[in-house]
Amino acid sequence: MSGASPSVARLRDDVMGGRCTPSDSVHAAIARANAVGAGRAGLNIFASFDHDAAREQGKAVREQLNEAEPGLMVGVPVVLKDNIATLSLPTTCASRILAGYVSPYEATVTRKLREAGAIILGKTNMDEFAMGSSTEHSAYGPTLNPLAPDRVPGGSSGGSAAAVAAGIVPVALGSDTGGSVRQPASFCGIVGVKPTFGRVSRFGLVAYASSLDQVGVLGATVDDAARGLECVSGHDWLDSTSTELAVPEFHCAAQASMAGLVVGRPKEYFPTSLDPRIRAHCDRALDRMRALGAEIRDVSLPHTELAVPAYYIIAPAEASSNLARFDGVRYGLRVAGHGLQGMYENTRSAGFGPEVTRRILLGTYVLSAGYYDAYYRKAQQVRTLIAGDFSKVFASGVHVLFTPTAPSTAFRLGEISDPYEMYMSDIFTVTANLAGVPAMSIPIGRIDGLPVGGQLMAGHFDEMTMFRSAYALEAALGAEALA
Amino acid sequence: MPIAIDDVRHIAALARLAISDERAAATMGELNTILSHMDALSAVDTAGVEAAIGVGARGTPVRADSGPPIPLAIGFDAFAPSYRDGFLLVPRLASHESTESE
Repeated sequence: MSGASPSVARLRDDVMGGRCTPSDSVHAAIARANAVGAGRAGLNIFASFDHDAAREQGKAVREQLNEAEPGLMVGVPVVLKDNIATLSLPTTCASRILAGYVSPYEATVTRKLREAGAIILGKTNMDEFAMGSSTEHSAYGPTLNPLAPDRVPGGSSGGSAAAVAAGIVPVALGSDTGGSVRQPASFCGIVGVKPTFGRVSRFGLVAYASSLDQVGVLGATVDDAARGLECVSGHDWLDSTSTELAVPEFHCAAQASMAGLVVGRPKEYFPTSLDPRIRAHCDRALDRMRALGAEIRDVSLPHTELAVPAYYIIAPAEASSNLARFDGVRYGLRVAGHGLQGMYENTRSAGFGPEVTRRILLGTYVLSAGYYDAYYRKAQQVRTLIAGDFSKVFASGVHVLFTPTAPSTAFRLGEISDPYEMYMSDIFTVTANLAGVPAMSIPIGRIDGLPVGGQLMAGHFDEMTMFRSAYALEAALGAEALA
Repeated sequence: MPIAIDDVRHIAALARLAISDERAAATMGELNTILSHMDALSAVDTAGVEAAIGVGARGTPVRADSGPPIPLAIGFDAFAPSYRDGFLLVPRLASHESTESE
């Protein structure tokens, strides 16, 4: 897209080299947002923004330039999904129940970005509480795909993906519970990374399904995403699930080749029903990796077909518990009712949209007495089997897996109304969340002008091999990724 | 076993959600459709398979129940309309009876 943001590396170099100021960077990003019509009446990318505050941040970043080790993101404008806590802007999760809510603390990832010199331009639209695959389930209305405004950007991090695809910022944060970073990256023709469970602190990320949620990064290129992830990764005392492992320099993976890597092609991700045009793009990508010296090996992840049913039991179950806190007492909206129970019920019914309500009810049902073993416990056991599939494949010598990211390109707004049909959009992405492994989507081609994403997955905490493959594939495909 | 309309009302009450009769009927259909797909799980032999409670590759590290406080940008007293003697005072519900002591 013309007039796109410079890359993370370029922006930092320009600011460090005195060729532009952080304020220039902010002004340019705001101008790009205005030029593409990012506002409510246009692409509807933002849940909230404060351009004056962004300009002030730009001025403050100037002081970091004199530090001995300036941050990785000096002068880089970024946007955050509206479920990531910020002090300067509301954190509403695109829900009426949190309308106007401003967190009294900021997420660790927000703090890390600020301390690295990034400038937070705004918060982005999303499916309410990250429950959705199209960014149509938002109290702010749907976000439009910048490449095809009659189509969805994917979800639930659709606003963040659209901000990067529209060229407003080179990198954005989202969250990925079942594919909510990778699927919109695929639909918008950009890069989306879900790190290993535990790689990035979730302190300040509003919980949807705690055993699956991860903060993810969307970037215009593999390098933008690698630098963004490097910035926000690492142990955090405030999130006991974050790992104490050292954070590799992910952007250094650009130096390595694919020679000697074994790329697994899991047959369950290439069913006979797969769109032949998506299959053809995947085959081309696999050919390019083979030409780079990788061995392509057919493998099996036999429990894949059970992933969507297991995911849509576990995630709603956890959501029904996590969202119990939104009761009209502690946060946001309060609607009067008869007695305490009446107030709870009126508040929650008025505050939650239909998809969130549906998932809370589903989650409550599968956790209720008499159904717990048949649904929730069974799904947890199947999750063990799915995670075991990945462990066996990686133990067999496979370094990365390659699959399509989504079974389709971006669909039209309003095209999918059946909830389960929408859930099936996540068929190729939920497995990585269930197994906790890192996964990312990169553009591998287009169908009728609409982007197609290819997904790379690696073993736990082996993001370096995943990035190594992604850098190499991105370079090998070159302009083919746009054709 | 399909969900009945009374099941929907029951789980809505558990979830503290008000639901109209019309909405309950629609929800019953939606949940039954979704759960029909979940029935694929029942055919899987999971005898002896441990139930996963998470996927932390190295587990969730156990640590002492101490550490730095959450870095709040505002004090506790700013969390509620009123703050007294270390307690947050929240708005009274209209349906609550007043007491002599107050």
